[in-house]
Amino acid sequence: MNDELQNISNSTFTGLSEQERNAIDHEVSLVPYPKAACIEAMKIVQKSRGWISDDALLAIAEYLNMSTAELDSVATFYNLIFRKPVGRHIILLCDSITCWVMGYKIIYQELYKQLNIQFGETTADKKFTLLPNACLGCCDHAPAILIDNDLYQDVKTEDISIILKNYN
Amino acid sequence: MATLYVDNRIYEVTEGKNLLETCLSLGFDLPYFCWHPAMGSVGACRQCAIKIFKDESDTTGRLVMSCMEPVGKETRISVNHPDAEKFRKQIIEWLMTNHPHDCAVCDEGGSCHLQDMTVMTGHNYRRFEYPKRTYLNQYLGPLINHEMNRCIQCYRCVRFYKDYAGGKDLDVYAAHNHVYFGREKDGILESEFSGNLAEVCPTGVFTDKTLKQHYSRKWDFTFAPSVCQHCSLGCNIIAGERYGELRQITSRYNGDVNGYFICDRGRFGYEVANSPKRLLQPQLKNDNTSFGQEFIINDISELIATSNCIGIGSPRASNESNFALQQLVGKENFFAGLSKQEYQLNQTALKLLQSGVAEISSLKQIEQYDAIVTLGEDLTNTAPMAALAVRQAVRKEPVENAQQTINLASWHDAALREFVQHEHGALFIFHPHATKLDEIATKVTYATPEEIASEGFRIARNIESSADSDPIAAALLKAERPLIIVGTSLFNEDLLNAAGALAHSLQKKGKTPGIFIIQAECNSMGLAMMNTPSVEDAFYKFENNILIVLENDLYRKFPAQQVDELLNKCKQIITFDHIKTHTNEKAGIVVPVGIFSEADGTLINNEGRAQRFFQVFIPQNEWLKESWRWLYTLKALKESTAIDENLSLGTVQQDLIEALPQFKGIEQTAPDEDFRLNGQKIPRSPHRYSGRTAIQANINVSEPKPLEDNDSPMSFTMEGFRGIPPSSATPFFWSPGWNSVQSINKFQIEVGGPLHDGNPGVRLIKPAFTSEFKLSSNKTSLKANEWLAVPIYHIFGSEELSAEADSIQELTPAPYIALNQSSIDKLGIKENEVITIELNKETYQLPVKFRPEITDKIALIPYGLTAMGYIALPGIISIK
Amino acid sequence: MERPLTRNIHPNRPPLTAKEYEMAGGYMAVKQALLKMTPSEVVELIKESNLKGRGGAGFNTGMKWSFVPMGETAPTTKYIVANADEMEPGTFKDRLLLEGNPHQLIEGMIVAAYAIQATQGYVFLRFAYKEAAIRITKAIIEAYAEGYLGDHILGTGFSLHLHLHTGVGRYMCGEETALLNALEGKRATPRAKPPFPQVSGLFGKPTIVNNVETLCNIPHIINNGADWFKSLSYSEDGGTKLYGVSGNVKTPGCWELPMGVSMRELIEEHAGGMKDGYKFRGVLPGGASTDFLIEQHLDIKMDFKSVSMAGSRLGTGTMIVLDDKTCPVGFVHNLEQFFARESCGWCTPCREGLPWVEKILWSIEQGKGASNDIELLFEHARLLGPGNTFCALAPGAVEPLQSALKYFREDFEQHIHQRKCPYD
Ligand SMILES: Cc1cc2nc3c(=O)[nH]c(=O)nc-3n(C[C@H](O)[C@H](O)[C@H](O)COP(=O)(O)O)c2cc1C
Ligand code: SF4
Ligand code: FES
Repeated sequence: MNDELQNISNSTFTGLSEQERNAIDHEVSLVPYPKAACIEAMKIVQKSRGWISDDALLAIAEYLNMSTAELDSVATFYNLIFRKPVGRHIILLCDSITCWVMGYKIIYQELYKQLNIQFGETTADKKFTLLPNACLGCCDHAPAILIDNDLYQDVKTEDISIILKNYN
Repeated sequence: MATLYVDNRIYEVTEGKNLLETCLSLGFDLPYFCWHPAMGSVGACRQCAIKIFKDESDTTGRLVMSCMEPVGKETRISVNHPDAEKFRKQIIEWLMTNHPHDCAVCDEGGSCHLQDMTVMTGHNYRRFEYPKRTYLNQYLGPLINHEMNRCIQCYRCVRFYKDYAGGKDLDVYAAHNHVYFGREKDGILESEFSGNLAEVCPTGVFTDKTLKQHYSRKWDFTFAPSVCQHCSLGCNIIAGERYGELRQITSRYNGDVNGYFICDRGRFGYEVANSPKRLLQPQLKNDNTSFGQEFIINDISELIATSNCIGIGSPRASNESNFALQQLVGKENFFAGLSKQEYQLNQTALKLLQSGVAEISSLKQIEQYDAIVTLGEDLTNTAPMAALAVRQAVRKEPVENAQQTINLASWHDAALREFVQHEHGALFIFHPHATKLDEIATKVTYATPEEIASEGFRIARNIESSADSDPIAAALLKAERPLIIVGTSLFNEDLLNAAGALAHSLQKKGKTPGIFIIQAECNSMGLAMMNTPSVEDAFYKFENNILIVLENDLYRKFPAQQVDELLNKCKQIITFDHIKTHTNEKAGIVVPVGIFSEADGTLINNEGRAQRFFQVFIPQNEWLKESWRWLYTLKALKESTAIDENLSLGTVQQDLIEALPQFKGIEQTAPDEDFRLNGQKIPRSPHRYSGRTAIQANINVSEPKPLEDNDSPMSFTMEGFRGIPPSSATPFFWSPGWNSVQSINKFQIEVGGPLHDGNPGVRLIKPAFTSEFKLSSNKTSLKANEWLAVPIYHIFGSEELSAEADSIQELTPAPYIALNQSSIDKLGIKENEVITIELNKETYQLPVKFRPEITDKIALIPYGLTAMGYIALPGIISIK
Repeated sequence: MERPLTRNIHPNRPPLTAKEYEMAGGYMAVKQALLKMTPSEVVELIKESNLKGRGGAGFNTGMKWSFVPMGETAPTTKYIVANADEMEPGTFKDRLLLEGNPHQLIEGMIVAAYAIQATQGYVFLRFAYKEAAIRITKAIIEAYAEGYLGDHILGTGFSLHLHLHTGVGRYMCGEETALLNALEGKRATPRAKPPFPQVSGLFGKPTIVNNVETLCNIPHIINNGADWFKSLSYSEDGGTKLYGVSGNVKTPGCWELPMGVSMRELIEEHAGGMKDGYKFRGVLPGGASTDFLIEQHLDIKMDFKSVSMAGSRLGTGTMIVLDDKTCPVGFVHNLEQFFARESCGWCTPCREGLPWVEKILWSIEQGKGASNDIELLFEHARLLGPGNTFCALAPGAVEPLQSALKYFREDFEQHIHQRKCPYD
C-alpha cells in the first residue's frame, strides 16, 4: 500500500477537513474520552498534511477539547509526529546496533552524497526528509531503510539510486 | 501505629504514610525534589533514596525511593547508609551536568532548594566535562520569569500548574534530556495560581518577576508574618522589605487556611504599596504647602471638638482602626462604610455563620467535603484559593475509592491520577455565567441570581422530602459531608437564605453540612461583627457635620453624583487612607496612613477567623502609621487625656474586647508585645542579613539604633531568638541547611500538619441557634429591551487595592458588557461594537463581548474596574 | 521437532485467512476455552504450563493473569493488550509472528481476554511494521466476520472488541506501563508499580499486557495441554522459543526452536557460523539490553535461568554477534546512543546519566578518552542498575556496558592510551 500524502497544504490551513473530522470522530468513539484519541487524531492529520503545523495543532486541540500545550506535550514526545515541515517522503534509516555493525554508515554517506542532506534535513526540492530510526526489526537483513511504507533490506550503496527513483 | 527503625534507632510512627514524609517529620534531613507535601509522590527525581531492609538479619538491604515506600507495621531503613548517600550525591551530580553555574545572578540564590540539597548531599566536585545543553526562555507575562537552563526536570511545575491547579497552558515538551517546561508559545500564563511556580520550582526557572525589579536575597530581607488584604479569605503571607520598600509576598503556611499556596492577586497585589497611587503626604484642601504633623493633628482635633462628627468605617480597615474611629466619634456616630444592601448582605452572612445549621468550613477544610454546591459565586475570581480547594475536594471521593478498592495511598499521586482518570466527586455550580470550575462540575446551571436562589430552596425542599428524582438533592444526601458555598458577590440576599435553607434541610436529614461564605473584602466580616448600621442610614446626618472617612472610597460604593452631593453638604471631610481615592480628593484634610506592611492589626476572614498581621518595617515617612494610632491620639486630644506615646496594639485590643465582647479572642491571635523566648525577641531578619552597619553609611557612618516595636515581640533586626517562634509570629521559614521555602517542614508538627504550636488564627464565631430561612418576595421583572445587569468579577481588576499594582494592571481587562447570542441578534450589533446602556439614569458606553452561555435576560458588567467607575450592580439596564 | 508457533507461517506466502487458519486447526482453542473451560481453569492451565513471558522479563504468564481482580466486585471493563512494539535493537521475532500468522495472535488474545474476562483488546503495534498493520487489520475484520470477535462470541456471554493501535515511535512504548499511557493518548512515560496494570492499567482498569510471542503460545497450550508444552522444551522453561541471530554471521535469521537450545547450536548451525574472515568475540544474547556473553559461554542453554546464571539475560532471545573486526567501544557507544535518545526523560539517573555515558564513550572512540573515564563508566553502570531508576530502560541500557567493560576492557584502555580507535 502506498499512502501518498493527499498534500493538503498547511500554509492555507482552514480547519480540519470533513474527511479528517470523520476519521477523528471514529477514533474518539473508541475511547472513554476524546483526549485519549489525540495521537490518532494527529496521525490522521499528519497523513493528509505531512506534518502538524501550529494551526493544525490548535484545530485538533480544539476539536478534542484539550489545550494546545497539552497536545503539543504529547506531539513533541514522539519521534514521528512532525511539528516542522518535512519532505514528501520520509527516509528512515536504521542506525541501531545490527545495522551499525553491518555498515549503515556507508548507506548514510551514500544518501548524503545523492541527496545532500544530513539527518534531520529535507532536500531543497522538498522531496525527501532523512531521519535516523531505531531498529526496524529486520536485523537479519541489515542494513535497512524504510521510505514511507516501503521497507528495503540488505541495502547496498549501489541500490540507493535505484531505490530513490521510486519516489517523486 | 507502626515501628520504624532508622539506622537502628526506634521510632513510633503512623502506618501507611510514605517514608520520606515520615523521615522529614522525624527531623531527618533527607533530600528530595519531585515530592511536594501538597502534591505527593511520583518517584521521578530519585533524590530521596534510602536503604530498606527486609528484617533484622538483612544486612545488604535494597535501595528504594523513600517517597514511594509506605511505612509498614515494622520497617527498617537506613538514611545514612553509604550506598544511599553515594546515590543521592550522584543524583545531584547528574542534575548538575546541565545546571548552569549562575547562582550569583540567579534570583533563587539563597533560597534555593537545589542549593540546599546540593550542600546536603555533599556533591561539590564537577566531573562532567562536556558542554551543557541550553534552551531558549519564554515570555510568560508580567508575573513570572522563565529561565529554562536552570531546570532540573523535577516535573513539579507541571504537576502543580496542571494537575493541582487545573492550568491548561503550561506543560512538558519533548523527551529524554531535552524535556522542556513552559508554554506552547510565548504568552501570559493563564492560571490564577501561576505565582506559586516561584515557590514550587526548586530552582530559578520560574521566579517572581515583580521581585526582579527591586531584587533582594532572602537573607537581606526584613520579613513579617502578614495576612493578604485582597479578598475575604485571609490567606497567610510573608511580606518582605528591603531599603524601606515592600518587595515581595510569599505564601505563609497555615494548615487551616491557605496551606502552602496563595493566588496571584495575593502575591502580586502588594505593588500597590509602591504605586503612584500611594498617599505619602498629608493634603490640605487648596493648600500645597506641607505642614507638620502637630499642626495637622491639632487642626483636626480642633475641628472635632467644635462640631458633631460622623465616622465611616471600612471593610478593608483593621478591626482596631474601625474600633478606634468608633471610639473617637462615639458609637451612635459610627457607620459601616457600605451601602445598605452590602451591609444587609454582610449581616445575613454573619447570621448564617452564627446559625447552627451548618459547620463553618475553613478554607482548607473545603478539601475534605465530598459533595459541593456553589450558589452564585465565581470562586476563581472572587475567592481564588477557594477555587483551588474545590479542585482538590472533587478528587476526594475517587481517591478514597482508590484507597478502598486497590489500596492506593493518598500520597501516591501519579498512580492515583491514572486510576481516577476523569472521575470526580459531586460539584454543582449555579452561576449566571461560565466559570473556570465548570470543567470539573457534575452539573452547571446558568441562571439569574433570583433563579439560583429559588433553585436552592427547591433543592432544600426535595432534600426534606427525600425526592430521588432530584439528582442534586440525592447527591447531597448521599454524601458523607456536603458543603454549600455561597457569597455576597451577586448582591443577592436570597442566595444566602437559600444556602441556609439547604443546610437546614440537610441537617434535618441527619447530615452535618458545611458552609463557606465568600465576602467582599478582607475585613468584611470584622466590620459586620461590629454590628453598626450602614452609612446610608447616616446620609441625612451629613448636613453641616464633619465626616471622618477611614480607609474607604465612597465613590466605589455609591453613584458619583450622590456622593458629590452628600460630601458637599458636609462641613468638613477628613480622611485617613494609604492610597489616593476620589473621596480623598474631596476631603479638606487627608492623613496618609500605613498600608498593611507598615501596620499592625487584625482582620476577620470569611469564616470568622481573626488573624494578626504585623508591621514589616517602620517607614522613614513618619506619617505612615496605623490609622488606629492616629485616631487614638485624636481621641486623647479630644478628651484632653495624655497621649500614650507607647500605645500598643495590645492596648487597643483590650479596649476593643471590653467595648465589643464579640471580639474576645483577637488578643490571642498572636503573642503580646512582652512575649520573649529565652528573654529574646523574635528577629524579623535572617541572621545572615548583610550590610546592616553599612546600609545607611552614605547618610551617617555611625550605625543607627535599631527601631523598637511596641506592638509585637519581634525585633526589626537579625538579633534575637534563633529557634522556632510561635506560629503566628513566625516572620520567615528558615532552618539550618534549609534556606528555601521547603524549610516549612521544620516548622510543622508533622509534614502537612499544623504548625508547631497550632495554626495561627482564632475562630470568633461559634455556631449556636437554629434559624429558618425564607425566600424574599422580591421579583425582578424585565420589560422588552431590558436586561438584568449582574456583576462579573475579575481576579485582576475587581479588587480596589491590588488593582493599583503595576503587574496586575497589565492583566486587568478593559471595561465591557457581555450579552448572549440572542441578545446580540435582537440588538443587531456585532461583537466589540460600543453600545450605550442606561442604568439608574446614568448612561455608559461599553464595547460588547459575546458570552454564549448566559441567559437572554442577563448582561454581565465587570465589577470594580478602576476604568469604569461606580456602576450600580445588579441593576436593570436598557440598551440603546 | 514441533514448531507450533511457526508451523503455519510460510515466508513467501501471505498469511492464512481466517478460514484457512480454521482449516489448519485454528480457533480450536477459543472454542475449547470459551465453551468448555472456566476463566480460572484457563489461568490454572497456563500457570501450570510454566509459560514465561517472551517480552524480556520472563515472568510466569498464568501467574500474571491471576492478579487480575475477578468476580462480581471486579470492574466491568478490563483490557487485554498485545505488546507488539518490538523496538529493542537486534530484535525481530514478533514481526515474524505478526506478519506470518496474525490469527494466531488474535486467538491467543481472545483466550487471554476470556481468562481475565476482558472485554476490550488492543494490539499495540510499532509504526514501522507497516505490512503487519495491514495484515492484522485484515485478520481482525475476518475474525469479527467469523464471530470470534464482537459481542457474544460463539453464543456465549463473553464479548471482546479488538483494536489495532499503531505507535508514533519511541522505544519506551514497549515498556508495558508507558505503553498504556501511549494508548491513553499521553506521553509514554512509565507508571509506578505497584499498582500493577493487572489492578490499575489502561484507563485505570485492570489490564494485562503480554508480548506477542507469549500470546501466540496460548492457543497451543489450550489445545495440547501443559505437559505437552513443557515437553517441547530442552529446559525447565516450557515451550519453544523464537531465536534470532544477527551480525556478521553467514545466515542471519529467526527460528523457532525448543526452549533451551544451546547458544553454540544457534550461532554455528542455524546462523551458519561467522562470516568468512570474521571471528566471534561476543554476543548480546537477547537484544540490546542484555549483558555480553563470550566464547566461554557458547555452550550454555538459551533459557531464562541458564543465561542468567551466565551473567546475562535471555531477554528477547534474539542475539547480536560482535565480531573481531568491529570495535566494541563503538558497538557499545551505538547502543548507549540509542538508549540515551530513547530515555523518556522522567527520572534523573537515566535522563542525565545515559547521555553522559554516551558522551564518554564517544570521546573514547574519538581518541579523546581520559584515564578516569573507565572508572566513570563503571560507576554509571553500577548506579543505573535495577531499582535505582524508575523503569527498566536504564538498567537494561547499562547491561551491555558493564559487561563490555568486563570482557573488553583492554579495548577501552587501548583507545585511551593510543588516543584513537584501533579498529579505524
Ligand atoms: C524499555 C523497555 C522496552 C520494552 N519493550 C518491549 C517490547 O517492545 N515488546 C515487549 O513485548 N516487551 C517489551 N518490554 C517488556 C514489557 O515491559 C513487558 O514486560 C512485557 O510486554 C510483558 O509481556 P510478557 O509478560 O508476555 O513478557 C519492554 C520493557 C522495557 C523496560
Ligand atoms: S529509566 Fe527513568 S528516564 Fe529512563 S526511561 Fe525509565 S523512567 Fe524514563
Ligand atoms: S522525591 Fe522521591 S523520587 Fe523525587
